[in-house]
Amino acid sequence: MTMTISINGSDTPLPDDPRVSLLDLLRDHLHLTGTKKGCNQGACGACTVLVDGDERILSCLALAVQYQGRAITSIEGLAEGTNELHPLQQAFIEHDGFQCGYCTPGQICSAIGMAAEWRRGVPSNVTADLTTDSIALGHDELRERMSGNLCRCGAYNGIVAAIQDTLKEAP
Amino acid sequence: MTPFTFTRAADAFDAVQRAGQPEARYLGGGTNLVDLMRETIERPQALVDVTGLSRAIEERPDGSLLIGAAAKNTAVAEHRAVRERFPLLSRAILAGASAQVRNMATVGGNVLQRTRCTYFYDDDGARCNKRKPGQGCDAVDGFNRNHAILGASDACVATHPSDMCVALAALDAVVHLQGAQGTRTLRLTDLHRLPEDRPELDTVLAPGELITAIELPALPFARHAAYRKVRDRSSYAFALVSVAAAVDVEDGVVRDLRLALGGVAHKPWRAWIAESMLKSQPATADNLRAAARAELAAARPLSDNAFKIALAERTLVAVLEGLTGGQP
Repeated sequence: MTMTISINGSDTPLPDDPRVSLLDLLRDHLHLTGTKKGCNQGACGACTVLVDGDERILSCLALAVQYQGRAITSIEGLAEGTNELHPLQQAFIEHDGFQCGYCTPGQICSAIGMAAEWRRGVPSNVTADLTTDSIALGHDELRERMSGNLCRCGAYNGIVAAIQDTLKEAP
Repeated sequence: MTPFTFTRAADAFDAVQRAGQPEARYLGGGTNLVDLMRETIERPQALVDVTGLSRAIEERPDGSLLIGAAAKNTAVAEHRAVRERFPLLSRAILAGASAQVRNMATVGGNVLQRTRCTYFYDDDGARCNKRKPGQGCDAVDGFNRNHAILGASDACVATHPSDMCVALAALDAVVHLQGAQGTRTLRLTDLHRLPEDRPELDTVLAPGELITAIELPALPFARHAAYRKVRDRSSYAFALVSVAAAVDVEDGVVRDLRLALGGVAHKPWRAWIAESMLKSQPATADNLRAAARAELAAARPLSDNAFKIALAERTLVAVLEGLTGGQP
């Protein structure tokens, strides 16, 4: 029986070689090159993808075989239709949330995971009260929660604005 | 990466059976081990995935907490009982790594992560006794700003990188182990080793021994605690120095306390000397300073890290002042 992994809604056979990272499976085997290989050692966040809907992980430090049977969403799988953008993708354009664009797919996937963590009440390093149920997602909270995604162009102001704008309009 | 076989363990006993071969390693979230394998510093021939083992966080009637070793760091940090009764652990975890890494990393893997000494990682260009026993250490006379000031040896000056373990050391955590011969428990402060002349050994674990759970004994004053991490940037960086503290203070007197330091040694550093000097003593500025100075009295600086001694003393004092009311 072939082992499979779901990538953007499609069941995909896992590679025979367990050395293949989830990032290399996406890019080299499936030619989904939206997910970027920045440092390939867990320091930059460019390879961030989502597991089972909204849990953000680093695909460079994940062996693909570890995610057998799980559902992976990459930047290519976010939009509803083929000619549409996810609201966060649109917001990144409107707020100039990038310059070169290399970190952008990781930023966007990370922000979706970040929003899910925030909604279920996960505190962060800058949360003053650990016991509170509702944490205001101000500037400092948002930047701390996104600190695993580096942008060497320094488009952080636009990135923060795009995420704040999208979360404000989200249900 | 060197080729390896990959299997999943059904339970702790099964894991130990599967790992009963040379060059086998347990795999948690992979955030450290996969990186080390890619750099060919770790070359396991067999990986045993233990992320399917217990990740339960159990509140026990005696007030203790039992955390399954496969629990993700995020799951521990956000757990209601941890946040309310052992906030020091939440704080330490949230001070470490990034959200993505915390979502992947397991508790057991965090404890067993390896040093981030850059010479340890530089397989081609540097000598390292931890990587190749007997080879020599390029950190001793190299760029050693991030390295140890306490408990180091001529053979190794690496530090243990975990924030979580600093909190666990302060909280008297007990590590539950499964080995080929059965189960045993060990205090976390006894798990990691000082380097001495065997820096290749990070811990006292027997080959193939598996961490199955971490137990936090009941500690009522653990609610009154702080974790302070000093680093080169405000997020997503390893500690230069960190302090974990829980204090039971009444009318300006320290009735009891737990103190540990991170970023300063080959293991999470329980500050036993400072604790014994402050227990049952007034929390005056003089007493706090004297205790911090005594804890660091044995510190030995390297060429680039003498600043860490003063930094550790001051951070200890600042944290304790914050928890005891900061009397002049």
